[in-house]
Amino acid sequence: MTQETDALIRIEAVEGTGCVLRGDDIDTDRIIPARFMKVVTFDDMGRHAFEDARKSAKGKHPLDDERFSNAEILIVGQNFGCGSSREHAPQALMRFGFKAFIGRSFAEIFAGNCTSLGLPCVTLGEVELAKVMDSVELDPAQRLRIDLQTRRMTSRAGEMTCVIPDGVRHQLLEGDWDATRILLEAGDGIEKTAAALPY
Amino acid sequence: MIEASKNLFQKVWDAHRVCELASGQTQLLIGTHLIHEVTSPQAFAMLRELDLPVRFPKRTFATVDHIIPTDDQSRPLKDDLAEAMMSELEQNCRAHEIQFFGPESGAQGIVHVIGPELGLTQPGMTIACGDSHTSTHGAFGAIAFGIGTSQVRDLLATQCLAISPLKVRRIEVTGSLNPGVFAKDVILAIIRKLGVKGGVGYAYEYAGPVIDAMSMEERLTVCNMSVEGGARCGYVNPDAKTIEYLRGRRYTPDDAEFEGKASAWLALASDPDAAYDDVVEIAGDTIEPSITWGIHPGHNIGVSETIPTPNEAAEDERAGVEEALEYMDFVAGASISGTPIDVAFIGSCTNGRISDLREAAEIAKTGHVKEGIRALVVPGSAAVQRQAESEGLHEIFRNAGFEWREPGCSMCLAMNPDKLRGREVCASSSNRNFKGRQGSPSGRTLLMSPAMVAAAAIAGEVVDIRQRD
Repeated sequence: MTQETDALIRIEAVEGTGCVLRGDDIDTDRIIPARFMKVVTFDDMGRHAFEDARKSAKGKHPLDDERFSNAEILIVGQNFGCGSSREHAPQALMRFGFKAFIGRSFAEIFAGNCTSLGLPCVTLGEVELAKVMDSVELDPAQRLRIDLQTRRMTSRAGEMTCVIPDGVRHQLLEGDWDATRILLEAGDGIEKTAAALPY
Repeated sequence: MIEASKNLFQKVWDAHRVCELASGQTQLLIGTHLIHEVTSPQAFAMLRELDLPVRFPKRTFATVDHIIPTDDQSRPLKDDLAEAMMSELEQNCRAHEIQFFGPESGAQGIVHVIGPELGLTQPGMTIACGDSHTSTHGAFGAIAFGIGTSQVRDLLATQCLAISPLKVRRIEVTGSLNPGVFAKDVILAIIRKLGVKGGVGYAYEYAGPVIDAMSMEERLTVCNMSVEGGARCGYVNPDAKTIEYLRGRRYTPDDAEFEGKASAWLALASDPDAAYDDVVEIAGDTIEPSITWGIHPGHNIGVSETIPTPNEAAEDERAGVEEALEYMDFVAGASISGTPIDVAFIGSCTNGRISDLREAAEIAKTGHVKEGIRALVVPGSAAVQRQAESEGLHEIFRNAGFEWREPGCSMCLAMNPDKLRGREVCASSSNRNFKGRQGSPSGRTLLMSPAMVAAAAIAGEVVDIRQRD
C-alpha cells in the first residue's frame, strides 16, 4: 500500500503472497551472476534473477514453483544478499516482482540498496521465521502483510513483531527512501562541511 | 574542556557529518568517490533524469577494471557489451569533467589498487565506491565502504549519503605469524572465527602486533576482505608505515606541506583509552596457511586440517556445510591438501599488488606449472605491471608456464573473457568462493594466498608451502 504525493512515495505496508527461499548466506552473485551486469541499464535484470541456481534446479527452484507464482514477498534465511554491493541484485528481484523481503538477517549493503529502491527488508526471530516459512509452504495462496507503521507482520501463522531499523523505517514511511532529494536539502551546508575538511 | 577519547571511526565520522536527518540517520559527506564502469552508468542516467550536475567532480575519480580484457586491451574492445560500458564511462567522465584513469593514462587498474598507489587514499578520509571491496582503503585509516548504484547517484548529486553510524569492533591479532603465513591467511582466520555475518553492523579496527608488523600492502589485503566477514568497512590506525607509503605519491601533498599533513594523519589514530563496542583477540601463531573448501569465505581451514563434517558444524550452519560439500563434490573428513586443481589465478584487489607477485614469483622460480593446468597472473594495475616487469617477474612467471596478463579484475568475478569452464577447480588469490563466482555456473574456487596458488599450480594440487623442498 503506497500513498503518492507529487514525487513522494510513502511505503506504509506491503501486502501480497509469499515465496519461500530457504538457505543461509545467499550471495548477490547467486541472485544475479556477474555476466548479466554487462549492460548500462537495469532493464533486463528481472529475467536473470537467480538464473544459474534456477537452471541447475531444473524447474524446482522456488522462483519457478507455480504455487509461488506472482508472489510479492520473498522469505529468506540468514545473511541474505551477502557479498558484492551490486544493486543489480535487488533490481533483479524487484523487476521479477518482489516488493519486500522477510528474513532472519540481511547483509548490510544489500539492505541499503533495497531501501534506495523502496523495498522493505524486515527480520523475524528464528522461531517466528520458521513458522512463517512452514505456513507459506503449506498454504502459498495466503496473503501476508508487513505493516511498517505498527512493525507487525501477519500471516496464517499469526501476527508477529518484525524488526526494521528506525532510520530505514522512517525513510520508507515518509517517502524519503529516494535519498537524493533529502540530501539536497542541506544546501550549502554540504559545501561548508567540504570546505572544512583538510583535503 | 578535555575532549572525550574517540576511536578513529568516530573521529572521521564526526569530521564528515553535514547534519542529522529527520530519520535519525546522519548526512555524511564522502570526501572521495571512486567510480568504475559496472555500477556507475545507471547512476549517471538517473542524474540526467533529475537534471542535476555532478556536485564535486574534483572529488570523483574513475577507472575501468571489471570488464576489461587482460589479453588484448586495444579499442574497440572485442566484446561489444564491454566496449559499450567502457565508452559510456568515458563519455560520462568527459561530460562531467571527472578524472578518468583509462588504459592510455598509464594509471589504470583495479580501483582498490590504484587508489592507494596514486595517493588518492589518505588517512581520515571518507571514501565510497560502488564496489563492496572499497573496505580495502581502510588500511590507511580511512573510513571506506561499498555502496549501490542509487547511492552512487546520491553521491554524484550531493557528495553525501544518508547513513547510520556503525559500531566498532577492535580485532587484535597478537604475537607473530609463522613462516609461510600471509595477510590473506590472517583475514581468512578472522572470518572463520567471527563468521561471514559476524561483522554486520560493525566497522572492524584491525590492531595488535601482527597488524603493526604488516606492510601497507598486507594491511590492504586484510581490510579488503572485511566485507566477507559481514563488516562494511575495516581499518588500521595510521602509523609511520602509512606515512612513508604516502610520501611522494601523485595525489599527496609535496614536501613543504607533507610533514604537517603527516602529523595530522597520525593524530587520527584511535586514542589509547578509546571505547569499543566489542574487542576480539586472535593469536597470530595459531594461524596456518588457510584455504577455503566450501562456498563462502567462512568455509576455510588450515591446510593441514581435514574438510569438516556437517556434524562438527554449529547447528545453524549444518545445512550450509552440506550444501557446500555437495556443490564442491568434496568428501567430509578428507584432507584438503592434495585436492587436484585445474586453474590457478593470481591477482585481484585482494592479492594483485607487487608484494603478492613477488611472493608468488619466489615459488614460481622453483618449478613449472603442471601440464594441463591453466595458470594466470594478472597484475592489479598498470603500475604494478610496470614494477613487476622492471624486476623481471614476468619472465619468471612465463618461464614457469604462467600466462602474464594485462591489469584488471579478471577471473575474480569473470566479467571479462577470463572464466572457469564447467566444473573446473581454481586455486585463487581472490576474495570470493561463491557458487559460480568465477564465471562457470558450476565452477569451484579455493581461496588461498598467492604463494599457495603458485605452489598449487606447480604441484597440480593443493600443497602446504611450508613443506616444499
